[in-house]
Amino acid sequence: MKIENTFIFSIRALSGYPARTLLVLLAMSMGVASVMLLTSLGEGARRYVNREFTSLGTHILFVLPGRSETTGGPPPLLGQTPRDLTLDDALSLAKNPSIGKVAPIVVGSAPVSWNEKDREVTILGTTAEMFEIRQLAMGQGRFLPVQDPSRGSGVAVIGYKIKKEIFQNRSALGEWIRIQDRRFQVIGVLAKKGQSLGLDMSDLVIIPVASAQSLFNTSSLFRIMLEAKNRNDVKAAKEAVLRTIKERHDGEDDITVITQDAILSTFDRILTALTLTVAGIAAISLAVAGILIMNVMLISVSQRKSEIGLLKAIGATGSQVLWAFLTEAAILSMTGAILGIFIAYSGVIVIIRLFPDFPVHIPLWSIAASVFTAQLTGILFGVLPARRAAGLDPVMALSRR
Amino acid sequence: MDRVFRVGEEEVYALRDVSLNLDHGEYTSVMGPSGSGKSTLLNILGLLDRPTKGTYQLENDDTTSLSDEDQALVRRDRIGFVFQFFHLIPRLTAAENVELPLILAGIDPKERKTRVTQALAVLGLKDRARHRPDQLSGGQRQRVAIARATIMRPSIILADEPTGNLDRHSGGDVIEILENLNKSGISLVIVTHDPALGERARRNIIMTDGRIISDKTRDPVL
Repeated sequence: MKIENTFIFSIRALSGYPARTLLVLLAMSMGVASVMLLTSLGEGARRYVNREFTSLGTHILFVLPGRSETTGGPPPLLGQTPRDLTLDDALSLAKNPSIGKVAPIVVGSAPVSWNEKDREVTILGTTAEMFEIRQLAMGQGRFLPVQDPSRGSGVAVIGYKIKKEIFQNRSALGEWIRIQDRRFQVIGVLAKKGQSLGLDMSDLVIIPVASAQSLFNTSSLFRIMLEAKNRNDVKAAKEAVLRTIKERHDGEDDITVITQDAILSTFDRILTALTLTVAGIAAISLAVAGILIMNVMLISVSQRKSEIGLLKAIGATGSQVLWAFLTEAAILSMTGAILGIFIAYSGVIVIIRLFPDFPVHIPLWSIAASVFTAQLTGILFGVLPARRAAGLDPVMALSRR
Repeated sequence: MDRVFRVGEEEVYALRDVSLNLDHGEYTSVMGPSGSGKSTLLNILGLLDRPTKGTYQLENDDTTSLSDEDQALVRRDRIGFVFQFFHLIPRLTAAENVELPLILAGIDPKERKTRVTQALAVLGLKDRARHRPDQLSGGQRQRVAIARATIMRPSIILADEPTGNLDRHSGGDVIEILENLNKSGISLVIVTHDPALGERARRNIIMTDGRIISDKTRDPVL
């Protein structure tokens, strides 16, 4: 029996029992579609995070006070608190050749009021450099002026949402707002940009770093954000930061430097692992579909006993019968997989319609993997019924109608 | 030869010391009450079953030593079966049912088509080629089954109660067709418990309890 004839025979057999065939196809296609859809969501999340980070520029470093790594040495005898990062620390970094712009950051929360309106707002104290490092954009007015960072001044840049809430439709430029007990003149409104790395840039007020320090009565910095001169300098910049601060802090390694790349690759790893996990869970549904194929084929074998007996009587060899049934299983799982791909792509189109910002994407490997798994389970679970069919005793099979 | 079935602890002799020699082109009927072993004999003749003891030679080839796969090939090429319940595949048309043995043998489609058309025409089923079994009468179904049994030009046709499920008229037609095939040189073995049918054969074998108790050959002149 030639391959094409086995194929045609199997297709005729499958179309002879449409309800059963459709049910199996449904199970198989849903299995394949769920693997692909879930991986596309995971992949979408990964791309989303990636995009958010790279929108900040990829050669940014954060300097945090305190060490987040253990060194393995003996525990300190005295309670050792890390030395604070100071404005001078930040300024000293800017002198390094591998480091470009440096923005010191002080963060706190204070009541902001204007014309009887009052609300608690996140206050970000920084310098003019922040604008470029964070790639901000202005809606109106200008950002903090370039000035001596150690000198405060009474100017403020407000986020889009603050502007909406406090000033509504009135112009905010030139107005004086009160932060705690100090007066600041609004010189700019940030463009509506939304979330950036979890910090809602539209819901804060930015003031010069020295003003913020005096406002919160502190001499330390929350962190320092800086950018390497270019991408290849990231490593050198990191080392320069560590070296410079160590010198300034009497030889103590008491800061942590996080590079954008490190954060990015960590997220990337986490999300890739998540995607794989989800795909693995979805693959269970493929195995279930495989078991369904086995059950349906077993029923099919017992229902078609006399047919199998007849085939053997008219000269079909055991292996021909085996192949006929395996071909049926293969056709079922292949067709199911193709249907599943269609379902998955329709699902992705729907998701894109609903959430245009979320970059859903079906990775090629998930198509290959789900189709391969579908095929494998289909055939694997097809072997048992096919062997049963092939081993059927024709006399027994024919004796019953 | 013997054929022993094991039922639980007991051994049941379906065939006991059966020795039979069929000549080429012979027309033989096997009769006997149910359980007499006549179907088992037919199954062994058709290579669907193997004797427990003894050998079976088909056209001087010992078939008992053949593997299952090789026996399937012998069935395909040299043996035609006609069953009481026709055993047509319900989802296939008459022509496709007849074509099956040719497909199994890997004969190319063009030749398959001419042979199927020819076979159906000979049996008066030309205009039924595209009908499925459930659209055919019993007599027509059995004729399709005969077309399928003869499509590979076998040397022997084994018929198990071929008229058992047919009315007298179409049963008569079917027997006539089978007898005509026999006249063209194909050996014919019919298993039946209808004496009227059995006596039409030139050679009558009667079995009881797994043994041949009577084996008469009529005078060829008659």
